[in-house]
Amino acid sequence: MSNKPSQLQKGDPTTTGHEWDGIQEFNNPLPRWWLWTFYACIAWGIGYTIAYPAWPGISAATPGLLGYSSRAEVAEEIAAVETRNAPVNERLEGVELASVGDDAELYSYAVSSGAAVFRTWCAQCHGSGAGGVQASGYPNLLDDDWLWGGDIDAIHQTIAYGIRNEEYDDARYSAMPAYGDMFTAEEISQVVNFVQTLSGGTANDPAQVEAGSVLYADNCAACHGEAGEGDITQGAPNLADAIWLYGGDYAALTYTVTNARFGIMPGWQDRLSEAEIRAVALYVHQLGGGQ
Amino acid sequence: MLNYLKLIVLGLITLFAMMAASYARDLAYQVHALIVMLVAAGLFLWTLRRTDEPAAGRDLSLEYNDGVIRAGVIATAGWGVVGFLVGVVIAFQLAFPALNFEWAQGYLNFGRLRPLHTSAVIFAFGGNALIATSLYVVQRTSAARLWGGNLAWFVFWGYQLVIVLAATGYILGSTHAKEYAEPEWYVDWWLTIVWVAYLAVFLGTIVKRKEPHIYVANWFFLSFIVTVAMLHVVNNLAIPVSIFGSKSVQVFSGVQDAMVQWWYGHNAVGFFLTAGFLGMMYYFIPKQAERPVFSYKLSIIHFWALIFIYIWAGPHHLHYTALPDWASTLGMVFSIVLWMPSWGGMINGLMTLSGAWDKLRTDPVIRMMVISVGFYGMSTFEGPMMSIKAVNSLSHYTDWTIGHVHSGALGWNGMITFGALYFLVPVLWKRERLYSLSLVSWHFWLATIGIVLYAASMWVTGIMEGLMWREVDANGFLVNSFADTVAAKFPMYVVRGLGGVLFLAGAVIMCYNLWMTVKRAPAKEASLATAVPAE
Repeated sequence: MSNKPSQLQKGDPTTTGHEWDGIQEFNNPLPRWWLWTFYACIAWGIGYTIAYPAWPGISAATPGLLGYSSRAEVAEEIAAVETRNAPVNERLEGVELASVGDDAELYSYAVSSGAAVFRTWCAQCHGSGAGGVQASGYPNLLDDDWLWGGDIDAIHQTIAYGIRNEEYDDARYSAMPAYGDMFTAEEISQVVNFVQTLSGGTANDPAQVEAGSVLYADNCAACHGEAGEGDITQGAPNLADAIWLYGGDYAALTYTVTNARFGIMPGWQDRLSEAEIRAVALYVHQLGGGQ
Repeated sequence: MLNYLKLIVLGLITLFAMMAASYARDLAYQVHALIVMLVAAGLFLWTLRRTDEPAAGRDLSLEYNDGVIRAGVIATAGWGVVGFLVGVVIAFQLAFPALNFEWAQGYLNFGRLRPLHTSAVIFAFGGNALIATSLYVVQRTSAARLWGGNLAWFVFWGYQLVIVLAATGYILGSTHAKEYAEPEWYVDWWLTIVWVAYLAVFLGTIVKRKEPHIYVANWFFLSFIVTVAMLHVVNNLAIPVSIFGSKSVQVFSGVQDAMVQWWYGHNAVGFFLTAGFLGMMYYFIPKQAERPVFSYKLSIIHFWALIFIYIWAGPHHLHYTALPDWASTLGMVFSIVLWMPSWGGMINGLMTLSGAWDKLRTDPVIRMMVISVGFYGMSTFEGPMMSIKAVNSLSHYTDWTIGHVHSGALGWNGMITFGALYFLVPVLWKRERLYSLSLVSWHFWLATIGIVLYAASMWVTGIMEGLMWREVDANGFLVNSFADTVAAKFPMYVVRGLGGVLFLAGAVIMCYNLWMTVKRAPAKEASLATAVPAE
């Protein structure tokens, strides 16, 4: 016998008679509720595998009495939505974009459809609230400062073909030279100081502004305009409005002038349907800055 | 003679590791080669100094090998704190992305630390707990010293090497990219060798047992060791790109690879975290409660049902994917049939306390064990429920899954391990009692509240994001962007992190308490732990 005290108390059921390191085992039967629930689960399981695709055979699995297929179910759901929306999508594709606003029902459909497209495909860069990310040069779409035009057709064009991608010949394209190759550091600093004043800000070093204005007029004004008003026909940003794509402080501007920027947006012409592109264009247009 | 053989092998390993380090094609491999070189060289010198020295004269065959268990207890507690700490860090990295520091990108960002956390808690904390307790239990219930002499020490140190190689590998970017099986090919090979040695030690001890029957805990431990060996080998079948690089290419691809991965992943839960820990439960609860196991019959039936059914349930991780519907159906059906076999363990654990329920008031250690069985029951109900396709279509890919895993891992695996450690330390260091029972109570409450915060916040956030993802407007268009759901989860992420802090604090208190038990608690009267059959 073990030298340890027994685990048994008065009135205990019988044990199996085994003992290991003082541990004994009762001879209790299986709890009835446990056993019957176990049986019920097994019975249910057998029934379920008869009803649904389950047992694999040599070349195929049993299809189940209900003929269920998860893929068919998804396809059906998608088809149902597409059928329901087909007439209204057709209407959306057929009308002048600028006149969609006159048809209240169509317009509200387009905006909610466009919002879903935006959340799925555009929010990654422009943010789920469309506020953009300045640190990465993703434009804010809530304001009325447009690089390539803010009327509904211009927005549609930008979404369909994108910006500076190599996928579409119709992609919007412009490239600012990197002045790091052409200017000395001092000249870059002078231009930057001048650009700071264009939007009414104060230059880092006011003494350099005058020299900067000469350099600006000779090198930058052709695209950005004499007063920095920009040019949406060639995607040259407005420098006079204190709204900055990549940041307007001295360091960010110096980087921009030295290296130039080359933000790219993919085109969606072949990824989305025309109705979806139109819808998302209308959605972006009504966010606040549409012209 | 054996020592000379060892010296030759260690010398060759050192030499090869040195070459491998110089030819290494990537940083992780190079660092690993250097680690192996240092370990082998150190062992070479250590063996050399002991060669041809007279051996210690005492006959150890009648004593239990408790040294390796003591080492395992220390490793369990130590790795536990490390794993919990990393878990707290990554919980806050999710809540506050700025904690993915720019200077640590590529080393200590969430993506690198996440496998470090999961492996540290499952394999370093859980694995050491399983190895230590199984080797303790098999000796006590077989009334035999561990088979294989110092082989048990090889298992212990070999396993620590696996952990170090895995952990450094993750941080340096070496990974299979298979969840819970991230270590690259050479670590897999080494673990296979260690695991076979573990099986030999365990089985050898059972074979030379002095008891007529094999105790139920050992069935569970054995099924865990054998099945994990099979899972590990099959899921890690891969061909190295170079013998001097860490990269390897998986043998399976596409949906077959996914299925093998989740056959492995699910049974890592089923056999590592369930069967193995049930073995722990079957020894420590009857010992601590000082009551017989509730039902021998139940233990047989639920053991065989559990190990037969568990192995088929893996496909429920791949509902609504490229996996064919039939596999998905079977995964779900087997998961639901698994419900009662899982609960058999809970019933046997809880009912073992009948006649000793008063101990819940007086003994915080038994309280810990009981709540762990409670969490086990809850998780093994929640799991089958989540495997139902309709539920899964809401829960899958959400934080609900994370909450489910943690109520099982923190509640069941964590608590039963803490209970086992509180039982083992006084026995192994021959102390009369623990240093402080009130510190155990503190640990109990901190851990329990921590788990409740964790699980509750993940339920809320998981169900919320599942509903947000599927929310559509009257025209059938999505209402929320993914980033909207992330933003909505923020408060729950903070609560989850705080739950983790509480759980970690409890574990730190435990370490202090165990340390003080060894240092300060009164020594037990010297009675040699001899291997005598109980009957």
